[in-house]
Amino acid sequence: MEKFKNINSTAVPMPMENIDTDQIIPARFLKATTRDGFGENLFVDWRKESDGTENENFVLNNDLYRGEILIAGRNFGCGSSREHAAWALYDYGFRVVVSSFFADIFKGNALNNGLLPITVSPEFLNQIFELIESNPTANFAVDLEKQTFICQTAALETSFEVNAYKKHCLLNGLDDTDFLVSQKSEIEVFEKEHVIA
Amino acid sequence: MHKKTLFDKIWNQHVVSKIEDGPDVLYIDRHFIHEVTSPQAFDGLKKRGLTLFRKEKTIATADHNVPTLNQHLPIKEKQSRFQVDTLIKNCKDFGLELYGLGHPYQGIVHVIGPELGITQPGMTIVCGDSHTSTHGAFGCIAFGIGTSQVEQVMAAQSLLLNKPKQMRITINGDLPKGVLSKDLILYVISKLGTGGGTGHFIEYAGSTIRNLSMEARMTVCNMSIEMGARGGFIAPDETTFEYVKDRTFAPKGKDFETALAYWKTLYTEEGATFDAEYHFDAADIEPMLTYGTNPGMGVKISKPIPSSNHESNDASFTKALNYMELNKGESLIGKKINHVFIGSCTNARIEDLRIVANYVNGKQKANHVQAMVVPGSKIVEAQAKAEGIDKILAAAGFELREPGCSACLGMNEDKVPAGEYCVSTSNRNFEGRQGPGARTILASPLTAAAAAVAGEIVDVRDVI
Repeated sequence: MEKFKNINSTAVPMPMENIDTDQIIPARFLKATTRDGFGENLFVDWRKESDGTENENFVLNNDLYRGEILIAGRNFGCGSSREHAAWALYDYGFRVVVSSFFADIFKGNALNNGLLPITVSPEFLNQIFELIESNPTANFAVDLEKQTFICQTAALETSFEVNAYKKHCLLNGLDDTDFLVSQKSEIEVFEKEHVIA
Repeated sequence: MHKKTLFDKIWNQHVVSKIEDGPDVLYIDRHFIHEVTSPQAFDGLKKRGLTLFRKEKTIATADHNVPTLNQHLPIKEKQSRFQVDTLIKNCKDFGLELYGLGHPYQGIVHVIGPELGITQPGMTIVCGDSHTSTHGAFGCIAFGIGTSQVEQVMAAQSLLLNKPKQMRITINGDLPKGVLSKDLILYVISKLGTGGGTGHFIEYAGSTIRNLSMEARMTVCNMSIEMGARGGFIAPDETTFEYVKDRTFAPKGKDFETALAYWKTLYTEEGATFDAEYHFDAADIEPMLTYGTNPGMGVKISKPIPSSNHESNDASFTKALNYMELNKGESLIGKKINHVFIGSCTNARIEDLRIVANYVNGKQKANHVQAMVVPGSKIVEAQAKAEGIDKILAAAGFELREPGCSACLGMNEDKVPAGEYCVSTSNRNFEGRQGPGARTILASPLTAAAAAVAGEIVDVRDVI
């Protein structure tokens, strides 16, 4: 996993609620056996019409909105556990997703792939949407060390929660597998003493 | 003294160690893998030079991509074939037995685990699939994980997890005529919403739950994730023990007695507290249908489509109804449908097939409907044939296929065409879930069978 670096970027607004992982990456694109290239089909059924042409009304097809930050309606990432959703967002170029509420499995998958989910209050989320609507080039700064999300031009600022262990992993590019493998002897002792099944 | 919940008991039993200000290291008893979410994990192991830490606790099958016709022939679709072949190769490379195509145990992961007796009370069970919550029916902490976590379990049989909050949903009373456990869970999801269980692990309790068969309990626990819950389970009881006893991989003889003594300690103590509690009355439940594009958008069959949904703003709600080409205030009864899908990890067990066969026996599907029944496993398929269910279905114009996930998510050829309605016993009505542009209406196997016969949505209570 790559180290998470502070972000300074414009943002892409997607105010739709309950965006499920089937929309983020439809099941028919889960047939790859590597982690690469999923960005090409990110939100593909919203990006493209059934005849393959671009849907002009979808935000990712609108040149006004660009950036490494996705701002989404509540309950982002619900549904399937497919980690491909996190891979697709990351591969497309997103490094941060902001919402008022994330589905559990998606949130875990994002954190395991260097994609930072930031939970903000519903009121703050609305303020961000309003700000981007009036100023699509508004710039946002994400500082993981300080746990802050700031838009300086609009004097909009909030802090966010992140699990201390996960923060350490993100900042240092570490993953859980390295840690768990280092615990094997302890796990073997546990197996001898505890495991019934 | 602090009273323990069932969740506390099982979780605490499996904590290897605790990280200060961080997650617990949780030991995993059983790990189910399939072809879609495992290849990148196997790759990761190879890159790190690791072996499978506990292959005897790892169970592999092919289900998501497999065709449901002519499974004895090579898979036609190139990418699906490659993914299934990759699983075969990985299992071979890592010395893992595979219940793949052609194996008598092959089937949907969440169907084969329980029917083979692999799933047992008190276990921690994971799989790279969100419907792993199904195994909770046996009193297991069972939940879906991402591929990075699949790799972690392969590498160390453990995961780093924060203990979730706990919720109890109690349902009391007898289910009314024509109401199945699928209706029960769709009803609960319509009340709590698609995000209502997020951050929580659910215990289902109450007399209604106690009176359900194991198959029906699996349907309830299966859809816990559709409320966003980490998982959902039911304390094991005599129904559970009776089901597990004598299954292929269940403990036998003295070992069974030892296990049983432990299983009997698995319940929530009187006076234990939960972070959230809900109570429902079974008498209030009707056959349920979904009208929108997430499982929380459900409605009693006698009620019109509502004018709003507590979880959606106007734009999201309108988008959902536009996609479904349905209107606020409209009744779903009489809605013409072209497809019926009976299958998936939610409703593809022998009891589901019996319910369908019992209803369609002597009847005929409507001409314009394609009715597909996809058994959850080779064992379910064989049982259906042994009971003559295949003949009843064939006579009624229903097609009995071979096992797999099939049209629940359309990774194989089984897709619903764009713009057409499908009454489906599966678990998700998301946009495009059953194929690009497909319109899914979730329902019970009984409601689905009745829709296939009538060619439109009917209230099963009027026809049984």
